[in-house]
Amino acid sequence: MFDDFKAQFILNFVAEDRWRYLANGLLVTLKLTFFAVILGLVLGFGIAFVRNVHANTGKLKILDFLCGLYLTVIRGTPVVVQLMIIYFVIFGSVRIDKSLTAIIAFGLNSAAYQAEIFRSGIQSIPKGQMEAGRSLGFSYFQTMVNIIMPQAIKNVIPTLLNEVITLLKETSVAGYIALEDLTKGGDIIRSRTYSAFMPLLAVALIYLIMVIILEKLVKVIERRLKKNEK
Amino acid sequence: MKKLIGIILSAVMVMSLAACGGASQGTAQPGILVMATNAEFPPYEYHEGSRIVGIDAEIAAAIAEKMGCELVIEDIAFDSIIPEVVSAKADMGMAGMTVTEDRMQNVDFSTTYAVARQVVIVAEGSGITSLADLEGRVIGVQQGTTGDIYATDEFGDDFIERYSKGMEAVQALVQGKIDAVIIDNEPARVFVSENPGLIILDEAYADEEYAIAVRKGNTALLEAINNALEELKNDGTLDEIVSRYISTE
Repeated sequence: MFDDFKAQFILNFVAEDRWRYLANGLLVTLKLTFFAVILGLVLGFGIAFVRNVHANTGKLKILDFLCGLYLTVIRGTPVVVQLMIIYFVIFGSVRIDKSLTAIIAFGLNSAAYQAEIFRSGIQSIPKGQMEAGRSLGFSYFQTMVNIIMPQAIKNVIPTLLNEVITLLKETSVAGYIALEDLTKGGDIIRSRTYSAFMPLLAVALIYLIMVIILEKLVKVIERRLKKNEK
Repeated sequence: MKKLIGIILSAVMVMSLAACGGASQGTAQPGILVMATNAEFPPYEYHEGSRIVGIDAEIAAAIAEKMGCELVIEDIAFDSIIPEVVSAKADMGMAGMTVTEDRMQNVDFSTTYAVARQVVIVAEGSGITSLADLEGRVIGVQQGTTGDIYATDEFGDDFIERYSKGMEAVQALVQGKIDAVIIDNEPARVFVSENPGLIILDEAYADEEYAIAVRKGNTALLEAINNALEELKNDGTLDEIVSRYISTE
């Protein structure tokens, strides 16, 4: 039993340096997640801002329409389909770095979800604060920047980190465009050793450890934020 | 009424048992021969309408007929076929699969039923005219195929892009994302005829033979398949099926 386990372990991870597929894959997964989150953060914040400005002042009508359309399309289609459309259709005839393609795809996708998170954060701030700001002589934008946003951002930080966790797992479909992320790394080992158990469990375990670390981080940050409120 | 249904059911079961000669032929469910394949590999197996057709599919149907079994075809990723056979989810794997040392450690192979070559597809005017020109170029393959395994050994991981379907590797080649695709001869011909601007190098990358994979130690099934293959070879059915899909130039 144990000898068999050991033999399987050596075959799947040690022989021919197969562990490298997992190590390199992990780096790709982390890189994708990190940059996609940043891209999503910037875009998502912008979209939420536009939507909020429109809802409160009636300005930016066309931009608001476009943002609404964007959210509907992105949230209404699976991320793996979006990824393939970006790789095979939008960048149809160019040789583009696949990591960049994936970062764009996952970033655009995450932006839609982050936009909704930001919007709910802004909406969670009582209307009275806006009215108070305005009555003190602040303009709409001054009130937003100085009073509403700091509170809204603080409220959404834990939810945003949960989005990071979701995104980390969603990048596992990157293999569809032959990008060798963690999941694909496990798949390559599987295609060489024909054993399902070890490679799949190793991949699952690595994802799990990363998610547990991120969740701990969420907890710590949530506690800090609460302390600050007292 | 219940009794009647019971009688009919048991009659059906007995008949199906009798039809496939019982469990002695080594299929997981008596009367049903489950074949795992990756139906993105014309002309050996591909979807046509709602059915999976091709050389492998027809040979498998002929084998199943000889064995008196009903054939069920399961379409899964190529690199999952052997695990599927090992875990007895499928009785046999048949997907233009080459016999290799590594694979033989996990499954048993039938006698070979077809010869094939690994060839290189490139874009016309790409400057790649021989195997030697492939050095340092980006090569697309279907993950887990012999093309993938040989090319990874020869050119190194950094130059290999592994797609889950041969078609996607070819698409990436058409779009100029990669420089060449290494894939089996017959699918290559189909892909090239469908995508103008692609050519197959005259020099073959590797020669190989296809066989059917069955679970290790399942001698009953292996014998039944080998016997059926033998008969099909002798009575000309095998050649007839192949010639229907592959036109000899």
